[in-house]
Amino acid sequence: MAEKQVLLVEDEPNIAEAIRFILTRAGWKVSVEASGAAALARIATLRPTAVILDLMLPGCSGLEILAQLRADAELGRTPVLMLTARGQVRDREAAAAAGASAFLAKPFANADVLSALEAIAAPVLAGSALADPALAGPALSGSGKAV
Amino acid sequence: MARSALTGTRIRERRLTLKLRQADLARAVGISAAYLNLIEHNRRRVSEPLLDSFAKALGVAPMALSEGAESALFEALREAAAGVGLTAGPAVGGGALIDPSELERIEEFVGRFPGWAKVLAARQARLAALERVVETYSERMGQDPYLLDALHEVLSAVTSLRSGAAILVETPDIEPEWQARFLASIASESLRLSAAAEGLVAYLDSIEATDSALAAPQEQMEAWLSARGWHLPDFERPDPPDPAALIAQAPELAASAARDLAQAYLTRALADSRLLPLKPFLAALSETGLDPARLAARFGAPMAAVFRRLATLPEGAANLPPLGLVVCDGSGTLTLRRPLPGFALPRSAAGCPLWPLYEALSRPMQPLRLTLDMAGRLPQRFQSWAFAAPRPPEGAAASFDAPVLMEAMMLVTPATSRLETARPVGTSCRVCPRLDCAGRREPSLIAAR
Repeated sequence: MAEKQVLLVEDEPNIAEAIRFILTRAGWKVSVEASGAAALARIATLRPTAVILDLMLPGCSGLEILAQLRADAELGRTPVLMLTARGQVRDREAAAAAGASAFLAKPFANADVLSALEAIAAPVLAGSALADPALAGPALSGSGKAV
Repeated sequence: MARSALTGTRIRERRLTLKLRQADLARAVGISAAYLNLIEHNRRRVSEPLLDSFAKALGVAPMALSEGAESALFEALREAAAGVGLTAGPAVGGGALIDPSELERIEEFVGRFPGWAKVLAARQARLAALERVVETYSERMGQDPYLLDALHEVLSAVTSLRSGAAILVETPDIEPEWQARFLASIASESLRLSAAAEGLVAYLDSIEATDSALAAPQEQMEAWLSARGWHLPDFERPDPPDPAALIAQAPELAASAARDLAQAYLTRALADSRLLPLKPFLAALSETGLDPARLAARFGAPMAAVFRRLATLPEGAANLPPLGLVVCDGSGTLTLRRPLPGFALPRSAAGCPLWPLYEALSRPMQPLRLTLDMAGRLPQRFQSWAFAAPRPPEGAAASFDAPVLMEAMMLVTPATSRLETARPVGTSCRVCPRLDCAGRREPSLIAAR
């Protein structure tokens, strides 16, 4: 079974702490990145199962990070859960256009973060679980065309 | 402009005061008594020369018979008829609330029911004022960076509080170390929440005090253009219509000042479309790319005309990105505003002093191109071109006896590249979050924080 790892990009330390606590208890390995500017590099090194991204980050908006991530050939398919502010329809639309896999409006219930994350991560985890026992090459290249 | 209905009433009042008979007055001004009777009952309009004759015969100034409070009354009634103040409703882009033939009878209405006319005009004025207040508020709610910031602050604090509290409640076996941590975060976040709430209340109080005066006629014209996507396909025809004809079909331009502005705007737009015909212009544009200077050189056209033309092309033409345009005169007053999503333009206040628009004013004839970072909740990057030149640029010869009037323009479009360094700018000081900006001329409402 692959390790469930998530990168949380969130500049609010208390929110990050709470999310980290909840997800860790549910068996996730959680890394936190407070700076939007460093987020992409962290994703590239960590290669997490999924990313939780705050839309509002100082300096660099979550939308930009998401757009750059989606444009990346290797990391582009990483599932992203976007944290938006409730009622900001425009934010949601922008996040959807930039390629967010799911949204969660702040303030959220703790259980919602976990279930939203598991939902977007499920296809990836299922994919790697299939590829795993065969000890074949990297999961991405294998499954589709080999038959 | 036609003489008002009340002119007839005034002529009648004056004649009765002088104890003149209708027939005598009619003879004195050279019309039939029957015609005078129609005039006196406001059923016929009085021409300019005839008004002078009446004034002479009645021993008063022509102004005394024609000018008066009723011109404002007519204005208000026309606005009421045009449905100004109802533009957000079903009358959008649509037409007046009443038939044009009915509008013709406005003078008769005022003449016969002056009291009711005044009531209607007063209601209309009240409606327009209230609508402006509502617009100001809704604009504030939607765009005001301070409100959005404050809301973000509240949401962040509430999010922390909710998560932390839920963890403490739902995790009976929580380690003491974690428990202490979440208790501490709840304490600090609740302080933050109360500070944010206080700030919001103080801010909302300050809104009460601010005025909501708006330049209504210019907004009417801009709203009218905006409803048409700022492009007038009729002007691209080989036989373009007269600007006045277009204005006559636009009941939205209810205020006479708005019609005058539209007349000037349309006359220039028509000249621009002749100078830079649509097809060749689009062809050149796809060749040169978005480069106003090269386009101006190719067509031998003034830069200003190219700017205006670029900002009023049909939507999506030549794969053009959305363009905003802002024009100001030498005083810095914005005389035309085509906003762009994310690049809000102030309605009544002056713009950000860091806009290249103003820089261009002090460096006439020098093309300026700058990348801008517009302050906002989600900062956005724009490409801008600015240019200032004497106005009018061609035609009217310079005079040794008259001041040279300058006009500056700035085109903006969303930036495609994020690599260049960008100048941080804002919309207008009052709502700008850049507190320590060198260009700041008045405190930001955000500073109350």
